[in-house]
Amino acid sequence: MGKYTEEQLEKELETQEYKYGFVTDIETEKAPIGLSEDIIRLISAKKNEPNWLLEYRLKAYKAWLTMEEPEWAHVNYPKVDFQDIYYYAAPKPKKQLDSLDEVDSELLEMYEKLGISIDEQKKLSNVAVDIVMDSVSVKTTFQDTLAKLGIIFGSFSDAVQNHPELVKKYMGTIVPYTDNYYAALNAAVFTDGSFCYIPKGVRCPMELSTYFRINEAQTGQFERTLVVADQGSYVSYLEGCTAPMRDENQLHAAVVELVALDDAEIKYSTVQNWYPGDKEGKGGIYNFVTKRGLCEKNAKISWTQVETGSSVTWKYPSCILKGDNSVGEFYSVAVTNNLQQADTGTKMLHLGKNTKSTIISKGVSAGNSQNSYRGLVKINKNAINARNFSQCDSLLMGNKCGAHTFPYIEVDNKSAKVEHEATTSKIGEDQIFYCNQRGIDTESAIKLIVNGYAKDVLNQLPMEFAVEAQKLLAISLEGSVG
Amino acid sequence: MSVVLEDKKQAFLANFVAKSADKDSSIAKQEALKALENLEFPTTRDEYWKYTRVGKITNANYSQSPSFNVSDISRYLVEGLGAYLVVFVNGFFSEELSEISQAKGITICPIAKARKEHVDEFDQHFGRLSKHESQFFSAVNTVYNTNGVYLNIEKNSVVDKPIHMINLTDAANAAYNPRNLFIVEENAEVTIINSYETISGSSFTNSTTEIYVNEGATVDSYILQNQSETSKQVNEIDVVQKANSIYTANTVTLNGELVRNNYNIEVKGQGCKTNLYGLCLTSGNQHIDNHTIIDHIEPNCESNEVYIGVLDDSSTAVFNGKVFVRSEAQKTNAYQQNKNMLLTDDASAYSKPELEIYADDVKCSHGSTTGQVDEEAIFYLRTRGVSELNARKMMIRAFANEILENIKIDALRAVLESKIDERFS
Repeated sequence: MGKYTEEQLEKELETQEYKYGFVTDIETEKAPIGLSEDIIRLISAKKNEPNWLLEYRLKAYKAWLTMEEPEWAHVNYPKVDFQDIYYYAAPKPKKQLDSLDEVDSELLEMYEKLGISIDEQKKLSNVAVDIVMDSVSVKTTFQDTLAKLGIIFGSFSDAVQNHPELVKKYMGTIVPYTDNYYAALNAAVFTDGSFCYIPKGVRCPMELSTYFRINEAQTGQFERTLVVADQGSYVSYLEGCTAPMRDENQLHAAVVELVALDDAEIKYSTVQNWYPGDKEGKGGIYNFVTKRGLCEKNAKISWTQVETGSSVTWKYPSCILKGDNSVGEFYSVAVTNNLQQADTGTKMLHLGKNTKSTIISKGVSAGNSQNSYRGLVKINKNAINARNFSQCDSLLMGNKCGAHTFPYIEVDNKSAKVEHEATTSKIGEDQIFYCNQRGIDTESAIKLIVNGYAKDVLNQLPMEFAVEAQKLLAISLEGSVG
Repeated sequence: MSVVLEDKKQAFLANFVAKSADKDSSIAKQEALKALENLEFPTTRDEYWKYTRVGKITNANYSQSPSFNVSDISRYLVEGLGAYLVVFVNGFFSEELSEISQAKGITICPIAKARKEHVDEFDQHFGRLSKHESQFFSAVNTVYNTNGVYLNIEKNSVVDKPIHMINLTDAANAAYNPRNLFIVEENAEVTIINSYETISGSSFTNSTTEIYVNEGATVDSYILQNQSETSKQVNEIDVVQKANSIYTANTVTLNGELVRNNYNIEVKGQGCKTNLYGLCLTSGNQHIDNHTIIDHIEPNCESNEVYIGVLDDSSTAVFNGKVFVRSEAQKTNAYQQNKNMLLTDDASAYSKPELEIYADDVKCSHGSTTGQVDEEAIFYLRTRGVSELNARKMMIRAFANEILENIKIDALRAVLESKIDERFS
């Protein structure tokens, strides 16, 4: 202690390798490379989809062809060659499994490396896990417990087969395929994802969670998640991900739709730790995600995200506060290091009366990274007594990184109260000095301070994730600090 | 560009051809002419113009070469100010109405004259800051400017009284491009007031001002926009600050159908202070748009920005503030604040306070609030015997006062206060 200098810290961080980088060798069944109408028909046929869904995919594909890649975000990256991606890959053979013993041992090993062993989860943490690996659901647990309550939780393709009426009713209503370039692409080629339906008045007794993972090289993942909380119901949904080390950029364009009907509440938490690329910025995931939720009367949607991975992130979980008295929340910690770029934030659209929204965004940028908050708060003319509070703080470490804030505030109603505040600064030397004085070395002090800084957000995470998130923050920042 | 749009652009530009300063052979003019071949009318698809439609400006027909006959301008003067007066009517310099007594260390003259008489200074500075290569209206001004003020304050000179520029319009539908160039040399101090008023009719004012604030200089600038309810204005102010200089701008917008202010401030020296204050009181269908860019290039500087809007009827106020802190600009302190008060449900406030920061040892913050008059405060005042109308007036005055109290010239502040009171009585 005491002799540990910034330079040392920096060096240490630079050489810090991605801890979760490994590739599991499981034979996969792949569609030919590239994208065309035939590929879409193939995906649809493989998944034995009803005709309306194929039609929907083709419509989305046609719309996508006419769209242009958005360029307004504060990120720079080599363009994606959409013809150089496999749009379908399924682990094979797909066996029907009754117990964990039957799960591919390699798979189990992989999850153990991630510290999310299924056994443990099953026994101890009361979490039902629907594992998504390369787009196809492999194993669903706790299905029985949930089924008793009438909760439907499983893979998107199972839902298409077993509950087509629900999927048809809600899919694409929150994020239409015309919404944006990546949403259109996703609608055309999505392979799988999760589906969740909570019936009227049911409070889901456990945290539902899905672990996503990109495995096969060059496989873009196009997840589609749909969560419907019927009147008066409650669900907490967790999503977390890590990805193996790869040299080529991988595209991840997911769509998440949440529907909270009258008096329902959805809590959606994400810990995102895709491979961020090495310290030259090589490799790493492009994470272009469209997430949006709709609140009916008295409903509440809460987004919590901890973003530490991906080389490029482009993500704006949003809430449409349509019903009167509905509530939207957005809590985010985004950490960027090395050459990572993140452009993330939220949209809060106040349409109903007495709607409330809270935005807490904490950005941390280190190395040569760029971290932007971009958010919209719109108070519609009829949104009487709408209330918004936004706080967007940025922490900078070193003078090679950037922290940016782009808030859009649009108010069309006099009764609205909208507040936005943002600060940008570095970790105070006096804070570090204070810790040093009490025998805490500089690096631990920085972890302590950053964790304290992000506390408002981390507190929102369910227990199971909070631990993982804190670990992630520490790993992402190790030694990055000056 | 579509043929229709191209025709529209040419028709719009034709409004200015006859009046342009043909003798200007500056590089900037050549650049702007070239840029104009490709530049189009800004649209709301353009992020910089997201909330402001320029159709009201570009669709109007303007009358050519308006003649004027104005003799009494007393009601546009600030009482008790005793300033140097430079008066323009419909974009033309009026020698009779102006009062410019040449004092030591100061050069004030119409820019058309400076172009001929102060050739070196002019060439060195003209068009070096304006955004004529990227901004349509700036390019139009650079090519077609008629006249404006050239101001040169010599080293260590402190100008004894404020310089008041009055831009008047008196025509059915005038369009003109005032162009100003202010050079404030080392350690000089000057106060500049720029007011825009309408005698009658309506107008489109497309103004561009370039200001050089050299080492240790202090510039206090005031812009008063009080044109008729059908007048439009685009106002670009480009400033470059050298070390230890102080630049303060107060922009008060009281009237005008569509007003757009673009401040572009480059802070190119250490120890600078930049203050931007803005107040707009809107009513009717007015649309007031304030865009500011403060670019911190060097370390140890400070910038303050406060913009306040009081919005009545179905008016709209836009604020977009952008603060850049470059990686070299350590120890920068930047504050940005936008507050809007909506008086009706038809009024709209769009606020976009942006920070782009590339240095770590900085203190930057921004805030934006939008709300209405605090009903509890009104109630408090009423319980103490203040009438509701007066209580509201007090609240609005108090809200606007954050800007008014920064105005260092008492005479000017008094005029503004009375104008605001008049408005809400």
